[in-house]
Amino acid sequence: MENKLIILLVIVLGAIAIAQLVRIYEISSKLRKTGEHEISNRDNNLNGRMMFIFMLLLFGFFIYLMQAYGWTGRGSAASDEGVEMDWLLNLNFVIIIAIFFFTNFLLFYFTWKYVKKPGVPAYYYPHNNKLELIWTIVPAVVLAVIIILGLQTWSHLSGPSKPEAEKIELFSKQFDWTARYSGADNTLGLYDYKLTLDNNELALLTSNTIDSALNNMFNSSTGIRSLQKLLNNRDTIFSDSTLNVLKMDLSRKERLYRFLTQMKENHNPKLDASAWDDIIQKDTLYLCKGQEYEIALRAKDVIHSAYFPHFRAQMNTVPGMATRMKFTPNKTTKEMRQEKNDENFNYVLMCNKICGGAHYKMKMIVVVLDKPAYKKWMDAKKKMTFKDQYFPVAATTPAASADTTAVTMN
Amino acid sequence: MASHDAHAHGHHEDHHHHEEHFISKYIFSQDHKMIGKQFLMTAVFMGLVAMMLSILFRIQIAWPGESSDFLSFFLGEKWAPNGVLKEDMYLGLVTIHGTIMVFFLLTGGLSGTFSNILIPLQLGARDMASGFLNMLSFWGFALSSIIMLISLFVESGPAMAGWTVYPPLSALPQAVSGSGLGMTLWLVSMTIFIASSLIGSLNYIVTIINLRTKGMTMSRMPLTIWAFFVTAILGVLSFPVLLSAALLLMMDRLMGTSFYLSDIIVGGEMLTNHGGSPILYQHLFWFLGHPEVYIVLLPALGLSSEIIATNSRKPIFGYKAMIGSILAIGFLSFIVWGHHMFVTGMNPFLGSVFVFTTLLIAIPSAVKVFNYITTLWKGSLVLTPAMLFAIGLVSTFITGGVTGIILADSALDIMLHDTYFVVAHFHIVMGMSAVFGMFAGVYHWFPKMFGRMMNTRLGYAHFWVTLVGAYGVFFPMHFVGLAGAPRRYYDYSSYSEFDNNSFELMVDLNQIITAFAIIAAVGQVLFLFNFFYSIFRGPKAPQNPWNSTTLEWTTPVEHIHGNWPGELPTVHRWPYDYSKPGAASDFITQITPLEEGEEEH
Repeated sequence: MENKLIILLVIVLGAIAIAQLVRIYEISSKLRKTGEHEISNRDNNLNGRMMFIFMLLLFGFFIYLMQAYGWTGRGSAASDEGVEMDWLLNLNFVIIIAIFFFTNFLLFYFTWKYVKKPGVPAYYYPHNNKLELIWTIVPAVVLAVIIILGLQTWSHLSGPSKPEAEKIELFSKQFDWTARYSGADNTLGLYDYKLTLDNNELALLTSNTIDSALNNMFNSSTGIRSLQKLLNNRDTIFSDSTLNVLKMDLSRKERLYRFLTQMKENHNPKLDASAWDDIIQKDTLYLCKGQEYEIALRAKDVIHSAYFPHFRAQMNTVPGMATRMKFTPNKTTKEMRQEKNDENFNYVLMCNKICGGAHYKMKMIVVVLDKPAYKKWMDAKKKMTFKDQYFPVAATTPAASADTTAVTMN
Repeated sequence: MASHDAHAHGHHEDHHHHEEHFISKYIFSQDHKMIGKQFLMTAVFMGLVAMMLSILFRIQIAWPGESSDFLSFFLGEKWAPNGVLKEDMYLGLVTIHGTIMVFFLLTGGLSGTFSNILIPLQLGARDMASGFLNMLSFWGFALSSIIMLISLFVESGPAMAGWTVYPPLSALPQAVSGSGLGMTLWLVSMTIFIASSLIGSLNYIVTIINLRTKGMTMSRMPLTIWAFFVTAILGVLSFPVLLSAALLLMMDRLMGTSFYLSDIIVGGEMLTNHGGSPILYQHLFWFLGHPEVYIVLLPALGLSSEIIATNSRKPIFGYKAMIGSILAIGFLSFIVWGHHMFVTGMNPFLGSVFVFTTLLIAIPSAVKVFNYITTLWKGSLVLTPAMLFAIGLVSTFITGGVTGIILADSALDIMLHDTYFVVAHFHIVMGMSAVFGMFAGVYHWFPKMFGRMMNTRLGYAHFWVTLVGAYGVFFPMHFVGLAGAPRRYYDYSSYSEFDNNSFELMVDLNQIITAFAIIAAVGQVLFLFNFFYSIFRGPKAPQNPWNSTTLEWTTPVEHIHGNWPGELPTVHRWPYDYSKPGAASDFITQITPLEEGEEEH
C-alpha cells in the first residue's frame, strides 16, 4: 500500500514538474527577442556539434556492444550447415557495418559542417544524373553479390538431405516437444491425428491403434454410446444450451467415427511395421555427431517453431501440414562445453512461434553424442519401441477388433 | 472536374457569413484541417497507451518474476497478482502494443493526420474531394480505437496471439484466453479500421488526381503529396486483403468453417476441421502486412523530404529520382511479402524469388538516403526541432535498413527469424523512422495546424531525449537477437538451465534496454506538454515561419473554410526553389511567376 502512495507521490511530483516546465516555457519565450521560428546561430551551432558528438557516441556504443556481445552471443555454430551460414552472416555483416558507418558519418558530418553560417548561401544543386546513376548501380552490384551468395547457401540448406540421413520426427504441442526416431527401418510410421489417445499420443497409424480409437470413440465415458444414452434418457431435462452442446459434441464424434471407420476399411496392415519399431523419446533429444538428420515436423494444436539456436536451424510446425528441416551436428555436447568453458552448457530445442501462455517454457534439451556413445544409447532404446511400450501383446497382423458392425448410428 | 468548381464555390461563399456550431466545428467537422487534427489527437492518445503497455512488459522482461508495484498499480490483482505480471497478460500487452503502434499510431497518425492537413493545402484545394467521407473516415478510426481499448478490459483479456494474430492460436479460445472475446473485439476493431482507412485513402487519391489548382501539375507536387498518393494507393490495394483475412478468421471462429484449421486437437478436444491451412492466413496477412510497412514509412519519408529541403535552404536533390524511388518502393512492396514466411515450410524456390524481390527494395531506398545526404551537402542548415527529427529519421532509416539486408536473405533468416534481431530491425526502420517523421511533421506544421508556435527549446530537449533513448532501446536488441533470444518470451530465465553465458548477456542487455525505454517514455512528457500548452499559449505564428515555398504557407494563419480567401492560388514553378542563383531571397514561393528569361527547373 505504501508503494501505491509512492506512485501517487510520483504523479504529484510529475504535476509539479510540469508546472515548472510551464515557468521555463514562459520565461524562455519572454527572453527570446525573436520568434520561435528563428533559430539563433548559437542554437544552430550547438545542435550541429551535438549531432556530430552523438554520432561518435553511437559508433562507440556500437563498437562496445560488438566487442562485448557481438560474436559471442550464441557461440560458434554446432552444425555443418551452421558453419556455412555463419560465414555468410559474417560477410553480410562486414558489408552492412561498412554502409552503416559510411552513410551515418556523411549524414552527421554534413549536419555539423554545413550548419547555417551568416552570409554563406546554400549551393543550388538540384540534381546530377551521373551521381545518381553511381549510387543506383553500386548498391545494385553489391546486392547482386549478396543475392547470389545467399541463394547458393539457401539451396544447400533447403535442398533434400542425403539418403543415409537418419529420419526423426519432432512433435509439438502446447507446451512441450516429443521426438520420434524411425527405428531399425529408418522409416517413420504414418500418423493421423484422429488416432490420438493416451496410449498413442503421436497418433501413429496401425491396425491396432485404429481399433483402439474406434473403441474409445464409441465406448469411452464421453463416447458416442454414453452421449446417446444421456440424450435419450427421458428422465433428464437439459437446458437448451446444454442440449445444444451435447448434440454438437455427439455429431462431431459421429463424424470422426465415420472417418475412422473409413480409415479402417482402407488401411493396409503392411504399413504397421514401420510404426511399430518407432521410438518415442521425451525430455531429451539425443543426436549423433557427424550424422545428418532429416527432421519431419508436426503440430498438434497451434503453430510452433522448432528452433535450434546452436545448430542454426529453424522451421515452423504447422497443424495439418508437414514441414521438414535437416542439419548435421558437428560438435558433441562435451566438445561444446569445453569450447564454452561451461560445464553446464547444453544444446537446446526451443519454441520460437508464439503459442500461448507458457510459450517461453516450451523447450527440449538436446545432447549430441559421439558415434559409439550414440550407438550404445540407440541400442538400448531399440528395446523400447512404440510396440513394446504401448501394445506389447498386439500381433503383427490385425487382431480381432471390437464389434464395429453392431454399431448403428442415431 | 465539374463538381470541383461547384464544390469550391459553395465553400467560398459560405465562410463570410456562417458561424459554425461547436459540434459541427469541432466534433462532426467536415473540414480537412479539423479532421487532420482529430486524427492527430486520437493517434497521440493511442500512441501513449501503447507506449505505456510497452513499459509494463519491459519491466517484466528486465526483472522477471520480481514484484513491481508499478505493475500491480496499473494491472491490479487479476493480471498482476502480487505485482508479478501474468503470462497471458504479457502476451496481451505485447499484442495490443504492436497493433496500436502499427495501425493506430503510425497509420492513423501519420497518413491520417498529414494527408488530411497537407493534401488540400499543398495542392491548392478548398477541401478534400468529399468532406463527408472524410468525416466518416475519422469516426471509423475513432470507433475502432475505442473498441481496441475496450478489448484491454474484458475479463478473458485482450487478443494474445501477437499483432499478426496467426491462427490457429487466434482462432481457438481453448489455446489461449485472449482468443475469446478479446480476439473478437480485435477483429471487429480492425474491420472498422480497415473500412475507415479505405474511405480515407480513396478520398486522398481522388483529391490528388482531381483537385490540384491551376498550374499544379503532377511534376510540380511536393514530395509529401507524392508520398501520400502512393501510400493511399498501397492502402486501397492491400487493406481489402487484410479484411478478407480477418473475415475468414471470423468465420472460422464463429461459424465452424475450416479456412485456416486442419487436424487439430486442442484442450483435449478433437476438432473435425480438415483441409484448411494456417499458412493461407499468413499469405493474406502479409500481402497487407508488407505494404503496410511502406504505408507507415512513405509518409514519414515524404514529410522529411519537405522538411530537409526547406531547412537546408536547398532544393531536394534529385526530385525526379525521389519520385521514382517512391514509386519503385510502392510497386516492390507488393511482391515481397513472402520474406516474412521463409521458415513456414513454403516452397524453397518461392523463397528464392522473395529473396530477390526483397533485396531489390534496397536500391530505391539507397537512392533516397544518398539524395537526402546530398541535399544536406553544402546547404545552409537551420536546425529546427523538425529538421533534427528529419535528420534522425534518415539515420534510423539507414541503421534499421541495413539489417533488413540480412533478414531478407532467406539463408540467414533461418537463424534470426522471430528473434530479437527482427524486433530491433523493424523498430528502428519502421517504428523509429516513422515516429521521427511524425514528430518532425508536428513540429514543422504545428504553426499551420494551430496558428501558434511550439517552444523550440523544449523541442530540442525532446529530440535529444528521444534520439538517445530510442537508439538506446533498439540498438542493444540486435545483440540479444544474435544471441538467439526468441521474441515474445515472457522470461529468459530458462536460459540459465543450459547456457549461462547467454543468460547473463540477456539479463544485462534487457536491463539496459528497459532503462532506456523508461527514459525515452518519460521524455515524451516534454513533447506532450509543449504540444498541448502551445495550442493555447504558444506565441502567434507568422505567415511563413520557415520561409517555405509551398502553398500551405500562403493561406491565412487563422483557419478559414475553403483555405484561401478569394481565388485559389495559381502555381508557376516546382516547390523546391531554394537559394536559386540570381533570386533576391533564398526561397521563391510556388505562386511567384517565372521571371523573364528564368528557366523552370
